[in-house]
Parts: sequence; structure tokens; C-alpha cells
Amino acid sequence: MSTAVPTVSRASLVARQFLRKRLALGGVAFLLALFALAYLSPLLTKWQYDQLDTTAFLTPPSVGHWFGTTQNGFDVFALTMRGMQKSLVIGLLGALISTGLAAVVGAFAGYFGGRLNTLLVGLIDLLLVLPGFLIISILSPAFHGRTWLIFVLLLAAFQWMITARIVRGMTLSLKEREFVHAARFMGVPGSRIIFRHILPNVASLLIIDATVNVSSLILAEVGLSFFGFGVQPPDVSLGTLIGDYSGSSLSYPWQFYFPAGFLIALVLAINVIGDGLRDAFDPNAGGSVS
Amino acid sequence: MARFLLRRFAYLLVLVVVATSVAYVLAATQLNPRSRYEGRNPPPPPAVVDAALDAINMNNKTPLGTRFGRWVGGVARGDFGRTIDNTPVNDEFGRRVLVSLRLMLIGTVFGTLLGVAAGAYGAVRQYRWSDRVLTLFSFVTLSIPVVVMAVLFKNAGIELNNLLGFAGDTKLLYTTGEMTPGLDSWSWEGIVNRLSHLVLPSLVLAVSAIAFYGRYQRNAMLDVLGSDFLRTARAKGLPRTRALIKHGLRTALIPMATFFAYQFALLFVGATFTEKIFGWHGMGEYFVDSVTKNDVNSVAAVTLFVAILVLIAGFLSDIAYALLDPRVRV
Repeated sequence: MSTAVPTVSRASLVARQFLRKRLALGGVAFLLALFALAYLSPLLTKWQYDQLDTTAFLTPPSVGHWFGTTQNGFDVFALTMRGMQKSLVIGLLGALISTGLAAVVGAFAGYFGGRLNTLLVGLIDLLLVLPGFLIISILSPAFHGRTWLIFVLLLAAFQWMITARIVRGMTLSLKEREFVHAARFMGVPGSRIIFRHILPNVASLLIIDATVNVSSLILAEVGLSFFGFGVQPPDVSLGTLIGDYSGSSLSYPWQFYFPAGFLIALVLAINVIGDGLRDAFDPNAGGSVS
Repeated sequence: MARFLLRRFAYLLVLVVVATSVAYVLAATQLNPRSRYEGRNPPPPPAVVDAALDAINMNNKTPLGTRFGRWVGGVARGDFGRTIDNTPVNDEFGRRVLVSLRLMLIGTVFGTLLGVAAGAYGAVRQYRWSDRVLTLFSFVTLSIPVVVMAVLFKNAGIELNNLLGFAGDTKLLYTTGEMTPGLDSWSWEGIVNRLSHLVLPSLVLAVSAIAFYGRYQRNAMLDVLGSDFLRTARAKGLPRTRALIKHGLRTALIPMATFFAYQFALLFVGATFTEKIFGWHGMGEYFVDSVTKNDVNSVAAVTLFVAILVLIAGFLSDIAYALLDPRVRV
């Protein structure tokens, strides 16, 4: 008795699982909305983030300035949106770099073994020991006045190690599987095997990891920028805004609560998506918020 | 077990040395103590600047190796060198270390205990409303950065004081500093005053720790709940609670021991925000100020402090690991 079983690819299976999670879908929609808002905001109001309104200093939210103004007459809405743009870019770019690095380092260390493995594992251990927050703070004078991309690279550099360890472990066991053996005996070079056969098999881990990294990088940026060790003026990020206006949050709450509120909403949306992805990839995992 | 712990201790010690050395070298090369004198008007003669920098071992014209050697020699004798203001780092360190430790200790103890309890409870009551409330709490809390949480708690404290009519110098919950200046610290009044300064900052640290540990403990506990050995324990007649605690919780605590060690460096970062926002003069504030002031020796001293804290946390988690998991002891 052979009934044709309709073949369902794993990707569409996971996609179907994910689409079933209403909360996670809500998170995706919300995140997209925040994205659109951040990048379309210059069209929405006439005030730009670097523009002063000399007729409105420290005014509460109004029709002219939706989120009010700061002491110098900056528009808080424009500042918040600009900050969110920066936070989003830092989070996404940093997550891409750190997850990519984790995948490559972990897979190469696991697949090739030997001296390369010793070297890379040593590097992972060393970076795990160094307190990232302290080291980036110490290095911050090095990127003052230069591009914030260096800052993103540093953030990512202290983010990838634990994932790389997990990828290495998974590679060690994948290496002994038949399809990898088959590829190797056919003469496929090692680096090609890694990108064609090993990494696709750890993709679920990498996707979840990248999502989680986006939110932890956004939070790390806020922490460092709060002390002035991150994004440098005249650039603004949610971190610099929170740092600049936390002191006056009681008397002039709009300066602080709008950036802080958007930050929390952003991170929450990403975490909800990450949670949904984890459940979709692993049917056995109990969802934490479902 | 002694051999296992000894080996772990030696390993952790090497890591402390490496982390601190790297931090010193980075600080000595990236920070620029000379800039302190460059902006002065009239500019001091170069020889004077060099002499001042030499006195505190921060002259970038001295080879890095020599400076590092001198610093290591000092640290070996328990002397962390001079700050950029030419005062002993040790004095500053001694004044601040207890301030931070008090904050971190209370935050950790409450955070881990309540977090583990909440996580384990949530797992046992999976999908009941109490579990849902707990997971929602930890989910939302983990999305709020400690900086924002500290500001929220501070503002809430001030509002509460106003609401209850504490307008003068005496407050229900203090939001600045660790003690009202001028009080005798060991009198009854002084102790109460300290405690009411301590409530909000430790609450900030504890709440985020509860959320963190609660979330992971719940997952670890859920993994254990379906296991065969737990069913066996129940089948041989152990009451439910005892089986859950002796066989369930004990096993589920093992992965948490590792988390504890990793989390400790982050706790210092959290304490830094809390200190800055609540005006405590602790080690976190010291670190941030030192980086801004290009104070190489102070930066290195705080890094050593953090590395030692991580060493202690790592060692404690190894001990917990050995106690919980009999396989390690052989």
C-alpha cells in the first residue's frame, strides 16, 4: 500500500507553524510599522532631527510638535524617529555580523579541527572572558569622531562567541553524517561543504540567534550610548536620547518617555518574534508566551 | 571534588590575569592622559607634563612594556598605582568597593532566589494563570533596559514620596546617594536611613535578575518535568512536592549554575547604570568617570575588580555544580 505522501519542505512547515502564532505575527506587523514610521517620519512633520525651532523651547506635546520640544528647541518626535532609525540599523547590522561570524567561526573550527580549531576555540574563550561592556568603553575614544560603523563592529565582536560554540558542537556531529561524507568523497572542498551542507543544517539556530541578537544589540547600544561611549553627537540614537533626557524625566517627561517607550516597544516586538520563531522551529518547545 | 575545584580555580585565575592585562594594555594605548594638559592655557612646558605623567606612570613616551611591568609590580604588592589626580587608586577603591558590593549582593541574592523560585513554580503550574502572569512579567521586564528601569523606579519613588507627603528632608524612599550626609552611620537612625536609600536601587537590580533567572529556570524545569526519573520518584511513593524539589528542582538547577557565572559581569553593568542614576559613588560610577578622565590605572583596577567578581561567581557556580551533580565529584 503506497499512498503518495505530499512532500512538504521543512521551510514551509516552519513557515506554517510560525503563521499560526498570532502574537508573533503581531510582532512582525508592529516591527514593520515601526520601521516604516522611523524612515517615513521626515515626510510626516516639517521638523527634522537637526532643526531648531527657536519659537518653542521645552514645550509639551502639541499639534506643531507631536512629542514636544527639548530645551534647545529640537523636535522630540523627529529625534525619537532618528534615534530609532539608528537603533534599528545598529541592531540589524550588528546581528547580521555577529551571527555570520558565529556561523563561520563555529563551522570552520568544528569541520577542520586540528590547529585551526585550537586557535578559534582559544579566541572564543578569550573574548568570553573579556567583559564586553568595559572593553568597548575603554576603546570608545578610538572611534570618537569616526564612523559609527566601528561601534557596530565592536558590539558585534562581543556578541557571537556563545553561538559559535554551539555551532561548533553541531558541526562536529554533522561532520560524521552520510551526506557530508558523500560530498567529501566526491571531492567537494571543505569550505564548500560548510556553506552548502553544514550551515543550512544549523539554519534554524542561526535564524533564532540573529533575532535575539537584534534586541540584545539594541539594548547594548542604549547602555553604552547612555554613558557617552556609543553613538557620538551630532548623531542621535535611542541611547543618547535616553542618556541626555533621563535627568529631566520628572519635570519634562515627554523628552524621556517617548524615546524610552519606543525603545521598549521595539525590543518587545523583536523578542516576541524571536519567541515565535523558536516555537515554530521546535514543535516540542513550550512557548513562553503563546 | 577537591581536584575538580582546584583545576577550575587555576583556570579561572588564568582568565583573570588575561582579562586584566588586556584591559590595561587597551586602556594604556587608547586613553590619552596627556590630553588633560593639552587644553590648558597657557600650555604647561612639555617637561612639566612629562614629569607629571611619569609620576603616575601614564606617560605615553615610556614604552608600553615598561609601564605595564611597573603596574604589574605594583599590583603584585597590592598597590594599584595613582589616579590621574595623583591620589592612590587604593583609597578610591576602598571607599567605593563596599558601596557597589552591597548593592550587587542584595540584588543577586534576592534576584537568584526569587527568580529560581518563580521559574520553578511557573513550570509546575504551566499554562495556569499564575504561570502566564510570571512569564508575561519576565518577558516584558527583559525588554526594558536597566537604564530605563532605574529611571522609572526613581521617578516612581519620588512620586510616592510626594504623594505620601514626605516633602522635607526626611523621605520614605530616598532616590539619591546611599545615605543622608551627616548621620552617624552606626546609630539606629543611620541604619534605617541606609536601608531606605537601598530599597529602590536594589529593587532595580533584583527585578531584572528575577526576570532573567525566572525565564531560564522555567525552561530548565519544564525539561525535567517530563523525565522518567521524576515519574519513578513519584511511583516509589514520594509525595509530589518532595519529588519535585529533591529530584526535579535539583536537576533543573544544574544548567542555571553556568548562567550564574556568565550573568555576573552583566550584573556589574546593571549596577553601573543604577549607581549613576541613583547617585551612588560606587565602582561602576568610578569606571565610567575614569574612562572619561583618561585615568588608565583606575580603569585597570576596576576591570580587575570585575574579573575577580566573575572569578568568584564562576567558582561558586562550580561548587554548586559539583554539589548538585554527583558525576562531577568522581
